[in-house]
Formats: sequence, C-alpha cells, structure tokens
Amino acid sequence: MNPVIEVKNLFVDLPLPAGMLHAVRNVSFHVSRGETVSLVGESGCGKSMTALAIMNLLPMNAIRTADVLSFEGRDFLQTSESEMADIRGNKMAMIFQEPMTSLDPCYTIGNQLEEALNQHRRVSKQEASDRAVFLLEKVGITAAASRLKQYPHQLSGGLRQRVMIAMGLMCGPSLIIADEPTTALDVTIQAQILSLLKSLQTEFEMGLILITHDLGVVARVADRLAVMYCGEVVETGTTEEVFGNPIHPYTRGLMACIPVPGKTKPGEKLGSISGIVPTPIGELTGCTFRNRCPNSTAECVYSENPLNEISPGRAYRCLLSPEACAAGWSQS
Amino acid sequence: MVAITVSIVSFMMIRLSGDPAVALAGENATSQEIELIREQYGFDRPILIQYLDWAARAIQGDFGESPYFNQPVTQIIGDRIGVTMKLGVMALLFAVVFSIPVGVLASIRPNTWIDRTALGISVMGQAMPSFWFGLIMIIVLGVWLRLLPISGTDSLANFVMPTIALGYYGIPAFMRLTRSGMLEVLSSDHIRTARAKGLRWGRVLFKHALRNAIIPVVALAAVQLGFLLGGSIVIESVFALHGIGYLAWESIGRSDLPVVQAIVLLLSMIFVGLTLVSDIINAFLDPRIRVK
Amino acid sequence: MSTPVVSIQALDAGLGETVIFPSPGKIIRMRMRRHKGFIVGSIAVLLTFLIAILAPIVAPHDPYEQNLENRLKPAIWQEKGTWNHPLGTDNLGRDYLSRLVYGCRISLIIGFSIMMIALVLGTIMGMLAGYYGGKVDMVVSFLITVRLALPAVLVALAVVALIGGSMTVVIVVLGFLIWARIAVVMRASTQRIRSNDYVAAAQAAGCSTLRILLTEILPNLADNLVVVATLEIGRAILLEAALSFLGMGVMPPTPSWGLMISEGKEFMFFYPHLIAIPGIALFVLVLGMNLLGDGIRDVTTPEGRS
Repeated sequence: MNPVIEVKNLFVDLPLPAGMLHAVRNVSFHVSRGETVSLVGESGCGKSMTALAIMNLLPMNAIRTADVLSFEGRDFLQTSESEMADIRGNKMAMIFQEPMTSLDPCYTIGNQLEEALNQHRRVSKQEASDRAVFLLEKVGITAAASRLKQYPHQLSGGLRQRVMIAMGLMCGPSLIIADEPTTALDVTIQAQILSLLKSLQTEFEMGLILITHDLGVVARVADRLAVMYCGEVVETGTTEEVFGNPIHPYTRGLMACIPVPGKTKPGEKLGSISGIVPTPIGELTGCTFRNRCPNSTAECVYSENPLNEISPGRAYRCLLSPEACAAGWSQS
Repeated sequence: MVAITVSIVSFMMIRLSGDPAVALAGENATSQEIELIREQYGFDRPILIQYLDWAARAIQGDFGESPYFNQPVTQIIGDRIGVTMKLGVMALLFAVVFSIPVGVLASIRPNTWIDRTALGISVMGQAMPSFWFGLIMIIVLGVWLRLLPISGTDSLANFVMPTIALGYYGIPAFMRLTRSGMLEVLSSDHIRTARAKGLRWGRVLFKHALRNAIIPVVALAAVQLGFLLGGSIVIESVFALHGIGYLAWESIGRSDLPVVQAIVLLLSMIFVGLTLVSDIINAFLDPRIRVK
Repeated sequence: MSTPVVSIQALDAGLGETVIFPSPGKIIRMRMRRHKGFIVGSIAVLLTFLIAILAPIVAPHDPYEQNLENRLKPAIWQEKGTWNHPLGTDNLGRDYLSRLVYGCRISLIIGFSIMMIALVLGTIMGMLAGYYGGKVDMVVSFLITVRLALPAVLVALAVVALIGGSMTVVIVVLGFLIWARIAVVMRASTQRIRSNDYVAAAQAAGCSTLRILLTEILPNLADNLVVVATLEIGRAILLEAALSFLGMGVMPPTPSWGLMISEGKEFMFFYPHLIAIPGIALFVLVLGMNLLGDGIRDVTTPEGRS
C-alpha cells in the first residue's frame, strides 16, 4: 500500500490572547490513490485546520508540528514555501466551501482556470483554453467554450462549485482535499456534486480527503472515515465498520441524531448530545468529551487517553472497553 | 439638476450678501456714482431677472466681462486654468503614488512598525494647515537649502512644492482606503483559492488582491481631484501661481463678480463631471456593476 | 468570536455555560488606558482648553497692546532675547506669547461654534433623510451633493468679503458649509439603526415619530456623532485659519493663529518663528482633536478598526 499522503500525530496550535488554542491534536491518517477518506465532525473540531495544515496555508502565527507529514514520499515538514507553492494546485488541489466567494470577481472564469495551469506548466494559450474547456465539460457544464468568457457573478452556486472542481483538476493532481464542498449548496445539487467528485476520482485515480459534518454525505461517498472532536480523532474505521457499530459515545450520539426513514417513528424525539463543546485552550488533560459522556469517571479527567486500536484501521479513543463504552449510552 | 442649483446658490449668495454696486464703486464713491454703476450693470433689476439673464448667457459660454480686466471672463479664465489643472493633477498623482504602495505595505504587515508609521503619517497629514506647510517648505527648501524655486511658473521645478503642499492632505484618505480595502480583500476566500492554486505571493497581491481593493480608491481619486481643484486657491496664493484659484482670490478682493461667479460655477461643474467619471470608472473596473 | 470561549476546566467545575466577562464600562476604561493615541489626544486637547480658559493668567501681557518701539523683538533663543517677551514681539510690538495664548481661545471658540451649527444642521438633515427615505432622502441627498460640489473655501471667501469679516460671520458661514459631511455620516447611521427591530417595536407601540427620533435613534447615533464631531472640529479650525490667512476671516487685531501667520509672512525669512509657532500650535490642536476622535472610535468599537 503506497499512500499518497501520510499524516502522523499532527498538531496545530494558535496563540490567542486568552491562551494557546490547540486546534488540532494528535491527528493521524493516510490516504491512497483511488481512496476517499472523510474527516467528520462539527464546526470548530479542527478538520478544516487539518486540511490547511497539510497545504501549509495556516494563519501566520499558527504553529504546526507532526511526526510524519509526507506527500508522495516527500517530507512536507522540510519543504520550503516556494516548493509548496509548486505543489499546490499542481499535485494537490483544494476545493473550498463557499463557491459564491471563492472566485475572483474581477476576472473571467477562463482566465482563472488557465491561470491554474499556466502557473505550473509551460503551455500555449490554445492548449490552456482547450484543457479548460475539456475539464468544464467533464464537470458537466454545458456550452463550455462560451463559459470561459463569463464572470463568476454570472453563474449559480452549483455551477461555480463545478468550476472550482475543474480548476482543481487543471494540472492533474494526485490528491484532492474537499472542504465541505456541498454545504453551501441546495440539497438537490449536493447529490450531483458528490457523485461528480466520486466519478472523477475513479477516472483520474486520485486520493480524496472529504471534510464534512454531514454523515449522510460520508455514508454515500467515503471508504474510510475519522471522526473528530475538539481537535482530536475519536474514532476511525471503514464506513461499514463505523456506521454498523459505532463505539465512541460521540459517534453514537451523532448517529442517533439522524432520522432513519423506516425506523424512526413520526413524533419520536431525535437524539441529541447534552452539554457544549469545550474550547481546546490552555492546558489539556484527559478526555475532552468527559463533560458530555454518560460513562465518565474521575479517571477521565487526568489519565492519558490514547487511541485504542482493535484491528488495523479500526480505533476509538476511550479508556473503557468497546462494550463498556457502548453500554452506557442511551437515546434521550 | 445639480448644476442649475449650484449656479443659483452661488449667484444668490454672492449677490445677496452685499450690495455689489457699492462694492464695485469702492469706498469713497458718492451715492450718485453708485447709482450709475447700478444702472450700468443692471443691478437695479429684480434679482430673478438678473439671474436668468446671466444664466442664459452662461449657457452660451458668455460669462460677461470683467470690470477689472475689461476682457471677456471666458478669456481670462482660459488663460489661467491650465496652471490650476496642472497643479491639481500633479497633486493627485503625488498623493496616489505615495499612498497606494504605503497602504499596501501597511496591510500586509498590520500592526507592525510599517503600519504604525503609515497611520502616523496619515494622522499628522490631516492636522497640518496646508498654507503653513507651504510656507515652511518655502523657507526650508527654497531659502535655507536652495533646492527649489519659490515662485513663478516657468519650469516643472516650480510645481514641486505646491504639488506637495496641495497633495499631502489627500494622502491620509487614500492610504486608509487602500489599507482597509487590502486587509478586507486579503482575508477573502478568493485569495485563499489563489494561494491554494499555487500562486506566489507577488502574483496574488498584484493580480488578485490589489485589483479588487483598488476599485474604491480610483473612484475616490476622481472625486478627490474635484476637492483639490477647489482647495487650490490657498496654495496658489502662497506660491503666487497664476491659476484660477489665485484669480478668484484677487477677484474677490476687487469685487470682480462676473469672474468669481464664473469660477464657482466652473469648479462645481468640474466636480459634478468628476463624480460621473468616478461612477464610470467603478463600472469599468468592477464586472459586477456592469450591466450587460 | 461568535462562540464563547469555555475552557474544559470551567466545564469540569460545573460552571456550564456561564462565561465571565468584565462589564462594558470597565472594558472601555481598560481600553482607554491602553490606547496611546487617545491619551495623547486627550492631553493635547485638555491642555489647549486649560490655556484658553486661564489665558489672562498664563499670558504675560495684553495681546492687543501695541508698542511701536518694541517691534520685532527677538525670541528667547535668539541673541538679545529676553524673558520679558519669550517669543519676541510681532511687527506692531505686541507680545507674541500672549497672542499665541489668546489664540487658543479664538481657535477653540470658533471651532466649537462652527461644529455646533454644522452638527445640529447635519444631524437633523441626516436623520430625516435616513429615517424617512424616499422623497425626503432624495431632497437631502441632492442638497448634500450641491453643497459638496461648491468649492467651500471659495464660497466662504466670497461671502465674507461681501459681508465683512468677523468671528460671527466666519462661524455662521463655515457652519453652514460644513454640515454636509456630517449629514452623510448621520444618514448612513440612521439607515442602519432604523432597520433594527426595536425601532419597529416603537412604531408598533404607536410612538410619535419625533419621540422615536429622539429616544430610539439619537442615543444610538451618539458615539458615531462624537467621533465625527471631533474630526470636524479639526477641519473647522483649519478652515478658519485658512480664511484668516487669506485675509477673509477674523479681522485684525484679533489674535487668530491663521491671521498671525499671515501677518508674519512678510518677515518670515528673517523671523521664521513668527509663522512657525502659530502653525505648530494649530497642528498640535488639530492633531489632538483627531487623535481623540480616532481614539474614541477605537475604544468604543475596536472591530471597526481594520
């Protein structure tokens, strides 16, 4: 197995006036070609920060450390900014959440698409625009040639997101990071964009990191997932494993929140997790889920709480055994 | 519409704030002489008639004759407007060329010494009286250091000090606008996209950030030119430059009303025209405003 | 930060969702102490105020007293300077320091008076335009554009020349010219405030328009107003100085700083301090006002500062 990207024990810290914010703690995962790995969690859990950390697009005062952060065999921790710029948009592309504001309003679509290619390859104007048209058609945009001359404000959100995907593909990357690509879109468009991403991935044999808070999206598209909470990974596994048998109380809580057609009776209360998410700021000890977990004990406050691996790729973060962990959880 | 109102306002203000016949006649005139002047210039007619008469001729380009110069007003102004235009444009260029790079620098390194210095210059610039600054420059650069000539309009060097004296007052506005515009744009999503595409900082700054941030600045520049032209009167007096500002001042002193009225109207028209230009520039630079 | 910062230790301690913040008044006072511009500005303005009020005590001589035998005496740092006239005398033998001190009064009185007129006029116009919108807004905006199109200095000069210069004339004329920028700001703020729910609530409760304007909108305009006011005082002071410098402002022998610069212009090559010093005084006062205005704005709404 040759992973396209490998991350081990990634930390991202942000100095704030109120103290040091540990936005990402001990995050590890890997992605291979043709694989979709999803980082799941609610807003503020550190998943976007993880993506930015990989690309080294963090805010200036952020501090990034990791044991391993390598991409196609290249050690990102030792890579200079100009080498990173060569890789961004080229071997590795990122698609963001808000298609409405992700494109420069002052330049045409064609200009921005071709820019992505011209930055990394020596091509003629004709070749650049041919590639742009080719990819626009690949992402399902009709009348692609005339679209090149249009400005972003003339396109709908769904179309703009397709343009963003096309832009990411201009140089034929081996890895795409999609940060909540469908959150800002209509539900009907979401499905289209997701299946588009999946088919492109298969066709071009790329790795895909899909960042989302929507479990429905994960179930449809991802091969493996990592559930994140408060900057840490709390559960990992393949989609079947985690959905079939969620272990960590947070994962179980998330699953319980989703109404299941056929199973959930009308009028039945949806699950919810009581308590609020703490801010990972300052000295952190023990388990950060403890104030919301029905199983928590005094031990949870101070003991080290590493990931428990029960089989390769399948892990959860709790001091209890899998059975005990699942037991105390009841639907409210 | 604005033009008409401006002309009415300026006409009324000037005519109603004193008896022009008395002013023209001078301090020692007898009442007979005043009456004569009144008749000769038509000051004895109802004020509305006076205005309509003036307006009708003004539309045709005839602003009357200056009692002081005994020449058509249009010619007098035409001779001198070149100097003022030159001064105004140069002052604008000076302000813009100085503030935009500094504003951009301040925005890339906010809250560092560069930023604070920029803000400091901006705050100090707004507090200095321009005529005083002009005088100080004359003393320091013209007399003590003998670097520049202190009056006359022969060469470009003559314009250096007046340009700085007139232009520096506009620097704070441009610098702040550039800085805040850049700060806003730099934290926007499409800049993040540009960096994620692998574009280097230089390209990101100029092609994407500045292009977006500069739109309000350019629009402001057009309007600011209008203000500069209006404010030229002070600087032209200090440096004895024979532009229409100086002419206006002299004419006020001599109660040469036709000239004063014409200059006020002209400057206002230029201002209105510049606001139109500013709107056009906005539409040109920002594709979102253009109507297809 | 839209989400409150709650550390896990706080949650352990069962503090739940209570997040302790200092009170708004305390926050503002804390910021005031840290904001250098605000401090410097307040000191400068306060100092000028004090000097103006205590002028008779601070000034060593009568600023109007001429002594033609004592003309153009040197200042203390030049040869033959004496402590009797620390800044020397002007071309009519009047003590320069005393004139400078009394000039504080002139600048402050004129500045504040102009600002008051402009503020009242500008706020009323702005509020009406922002509150009613529609035709009222069109009319007011039109008036504002007309006013901004007029070259202010020119018109002021012309009017003063024809009526005759004096403090009152200058104050009235400039007051009626400066209102436009204030109106622009007040209009925008009013529009913003008007769209708030509590205004709709007051309307639904049947409050008269006047009452709404006075009790709901005006108090919310207050901090914007203060900032704009301090900035406009600075401009008013500079405008008066320019007018007086050109001879169409305050009339001699009143000790206006602008007038002092104009009077000193003749001799400036030999006695540069005659023009340098009043200019520095103007600079310090206006700078102080501007720093104060910026400081107040930063202290009350720091998010506004990009």
